[in-house]
Amino acid sequence: MRAVITVIGHDDVGIIAGLSDRLGRHKVNILEITQSVLSEFFAMIMLVDLARCDIEFGELVGELSAKGKELGVDVHTMHEDIFNSMHRI
Amino acid sequence: MLNTFDILETIKMISEEHLDIRTITMGISLADCASEDISRCGQKLYDKITRKAEHLVEVGESIEREYGIPIINKRISVTPISIVAAACQQDNYELLAQAMDKAAEAVGVNFIGGYSALVHKGMTESDRRLIASIPNALSSTKRVCSSVNVATTRSGINMDAIKLMGKVITDTAYITREEDSFGCAKLVVFSNVPEDNPFMAGAFHGVGEAECAVNVGVSGPGVVRAAIARFGDGNLTELADTIKKTAFKITRMGQLVALEASKRLGVEFGIVDLSLAPTPAVGDSVARILEQMGLETCGCHGTTACLAMLNDAVKKGGVMASSHVGGLSGAFIPVSEDMGMVEAAAKGTLTLDKLEAMTAVCSVGLDMIAIPGDVSPEIISAIIADEISIGVINNKTTAVRVIPVYGKDVGQSISFGGLWGEAPIMPVHRESPAVFVNRGGRIPAPIHSQKN
Repeated sequence: MRAVITVIGHDDVGIIAGLSDRLGRHKVNILEITQSVLSEFFAMIMLVDLARCDIEFGELVGELSAKGKELGVDVHTMHEDIFNSMHRI
Repeated sequence: MLNTFDILETIKMISEEHLDIRTITMGISLADCASEDISRCGQKLYDKITRKAEHLVEVGESIEREYGIPIINKRISVTPISIVAAACQQDNYELLAQAMDKAAEAVGVNFIGGYSALVHKGMTESDRRLIASIPNALSSTKRVCSSVNVATTRSGINMDAIKLMGKVITDTAYITREEDSFGCAKLVVFSNVPEDNPFMAGAFHGVGEAECAVNVGVSGPGVVRAAIARFGDGNLTELADTIKKTAFKITRMGQLVALEASKRLGVEFGIVDLSLAPTPAVGDSVARILEQMGLETCGCHGTTACLAMLNDAVKKGGVMASSHVGGLSGAFIPVSEDMGMVEAAAKGTLTLDKLEAMTAVCSVGLDMIAIPGDVSPEIISAIIADEISIGVINNKTTAVRVIPVYGKDVGQSISFGGLWGEAPIMPVHRESPAVFVNRGGRIPAPIHSQKN
């Protein structure tokens, strides 16, 4: 299964490092990263592969969101299918 | 990779605009639960519901977790109990309502629909027994919802049944008077009732349905309102297009969840219901969509036209997004469950008469409307007859769910809490329609029912 991780917030040092450290710890493979700045906000989107992930998806969602709070950004982690079904015909 | 804008749009829909799956409803046939002994029938019914829906809540929650989409309700609909109970040698079906209630509690769903009868052309003895037991059944259970279909375009309007329902509603209001007549919120009178509706209180599992099926109701008034707000100034042709595109996206999510739920439960996928179902939460209101379209207050002149366009655009966008569309599919206008409607009604801009006009162009009917407790059963029957005739003549579903709040009058309000919301008591016309209602009989089917 693949998931899309969205990080939204003010830019700061260590956001990508903090989150990718968590992902690495749980054997989540980062496939793609894009980053853009919308108004004063920065948005980063990661596509990840969870095939070897060592914890339940729900737990990972919670852990990343908590890490996000620590870093002062909003982190949403969702199944890739949601976006594919909504935006692709 | 997916486009950044698309991803952020979806996240925003869920986190800020209340996009959710309103309900996953499992329809279960109880046709094989008939028995002459009502206790045996109740036991069979309980066993079947708890067996079929054993994993419903768990599967719903796992989809919610994995996909990150809130799924607000998990519910059950069953074969109309008047059919299941027809063989029972008993006058009172309350015991079956209690068995349904217990089964719903055991599997962890908040509502179970199907304490119902289909009497659009006539009533069987069993239908009569069921209807007579509705007030007690609704007062002695927490989760059971009841509905009665009193008319179809093909068969006309059963005025005897409508007369009876006026009395059943006032009796239910009286029996549940301690809770502001809440029992009436769990009772709907329909015309052209859909047999695969996943939304309460009108859900039941129709006789033409499979053994077991999963029906999903999507929601998203907040998403549509936000899309219209972003659209800004522009003409109605372009606006209709914006609504269609938004409805498409919302429905795709419903389709995804419905297919996934059906796969995981090993149960047939029934339909996706495209309804815009409001909740009392701020920003989750159909009235606010109409106001965003350009009305000062919902209920002012122009409301019916805006609602007609909204309802049509939602259907057009949703139909392509799902392989099977069914249920009610359109915009709901339940007064107490929609903060914008509540405010408009409290101001006096939104009246019962305007709501009736609105039901001619939206998906349901006079819904969750509190009226004074001393309104006579004949007036309630006449309200039902008016509403039902709109459905019959226009080949669509209409319904009435009014709450004559015992001991309360215009100027006061009620609060049911949670998704049921709160509502001001709305005035009704007091002149008597009793002679009309007491004539009884059937209003014949309209000429356009002759399609063969």
